[in-house]
Amino acid sequence: MELVILAFVVWAAGTFVAVQIARSPGHDAMPARIAVPVIFGIMVLAMWELLVTGLNVSQVILPAPSVIASTFARSTSTLWGDFLQTALKGGVSGYLIGCSAAVAAALAIDRVPFLQRGLLPIGNFVAALPIVGIAPILVGWFGFDWQSKAAVVVVMVFFPMLVNTVQGLADTTAMQRDLMKTYSAGYWQSLLKLRLPAAMPFIFNGLKISTTLALIGAIVAEYFGSPTRGMGFRISTEVGRLGLDMVWAEITVAAIAGSVFYGLVALIERGVTFWHPSQRS
Amino acid sequence: MSVIEAKKLELTFQTNDGPVHALADVNLEIGKGDFVSFIGPSGCGKTTFLRCIAGLETPTGGTLSVNGMTADEARRSRAYGYVFQAAGLYPWRTIAGNVRLPLEIMGYPKAEMSDRVARVLELVELSGFEKKYPWQLSGGMQQRASIARALAFDADILLMDEPFGALDEIVRDHLNEQLLSLWARTEKTIAFVTHSIPEAVYLSTKIVVMSPRPGRITDVIDSSLPKERPLDIRDSKEFLEIAHRVREGLRAGHAYDE
Repeated sequence: MELVILAFVVWAAGTFVAVQIARSPGHDAMPARIAVPVIFGIMVLAMWELLVTGLNVSQVILPAPSVIASTFARSTSTLWGDFLQTALKGGVSGYLIGCSAAVAAALAIDRVPFLQRGLLPIGNFVAALPIVGIAPILVGWFGFDWQSKAAVVVVMVFFPMLVNTVQGLADTTAMQRDLMKTYSAGYWQSLLKLRLPAAMPFIFNGLKISTTLALIGAIVAEYFGSPTRGMGFRISTEVGRLGLDMVWAEITVAAIAGSVFYGLVALIERGVTFWHPSQRS
Repeated sequence: MSVIEAKKLELTFQTNDGPVHALADVNLEIGKGDFVSFIGPSGCGKTTFLRCIAGLETPTGGTLSVNGMTADEARRSRAYGYVFQAAGLYPWRTIAGNVRLPLEIMGYPKAEMSDRVARVLELVELSGFEKKYPWQLSGGMQQRASIARALAFDADILLMDEPFGALDEIVRDHLNEQLLSLWARTEKTIAFVTHSIPEAVYLSTKIVVMSPRPGRITDVIDSSLPKERPLDIRDSKEFLEIAHRVREGLRAGHAYDE
């Protein structure tokens, strides 16, 4: 019971400190901007730990953060292997193949208006297929290893990327196009010098959405057959053995990987679309 | 020798609300080195006529020759620079990068590109702003950069579609002065669309008054003002007389039926 009370004391103290910082004159400065989310994170973890221990919550329902952390520390080599298998081999390769195929398809659609009527509906159709339906089929086609996971990721990222790129390529004003016409610029010249740069904010939008989709796709696809490693494989088998601490450790890896992946793409976006009103500092 | 020549030019747009007669029986000759202004109310076809010269619109009747070619051939041979109502600089390119854009497309040698960029930026008084991005500059400076962009390559015709329409009067006066001195130095043929009477009279050697429904020319006034024009020429008797005649022409051509 003391631990439960302590949890609320932690909550009150954390809130008090955060409010004090928010009201202080330096609340917009860098240290305060970092301190507030850090304090919030520590507060949540501490309350989680105290409540789970204090209320004797079963390990199967919710393991304490300390248990998850010690499992994480004990199994780093397993987690690393799973990360390599799922996030890098399955996720990233599928992401690269899917996104570049989508950009290529968008360019083809842009060049040949006839394809607009053919390819977009097909893309739409593929996007509407449920992943639990496609994954087993693709595992059948491409085998248990990472190739089939990459194929699932390709299917998942293709459509959002295609739609964003097609829309981006159309995002030029009549005046910008007229300007190219007064220079008597050819198709490729206006594509490279006007339309692709103008499409970049849209393309990066698609690339950012696709990072999360790629990770989800690669993990879920392993439920339908995989070698004895991989994040999805580990989660599904550990759930069966009630090893929820390991499941949470994998979730932690997925969260970190997803954030880093997204952050990297967002960082590149800042460099490429620095000129866009949303990125100007 | 006429650089631009229109004979019985007609243009009808087919719209959902039926045909719109944008240009009717337009006859005009523009000589080498002329500064011609087109003035008239909205819908009189002045911008449409400029776009016809640029090969951006195709007339539905009559003939139009630019440098002795059809307008489309002239466009393909890069006979003119076009300045739009808005600067329309590409935000991902620096000012120098924007001015270099037509040179890149037309395949000028690399060394020549930077020479030309530096020269035209100096011409519009933007030296020192090469590395700035368009959104870091004021509207007047952006419009000057877009003029530099149209001057960067060797076209002896400059087509300008209300280039200073969105700017305030003080900036506009200043740019008008600069434009005149630039015209004197480069000896280009300039076609200039405006709906400001003082601007048209101050700048032009020839003022074309147009009226709407259908878009047509109602008066062509050859200016008697000297080539050398300080800003206060606008208070002279001669200036006011020409302005008066332009105003009369606009009034006569305008049917007050709305």
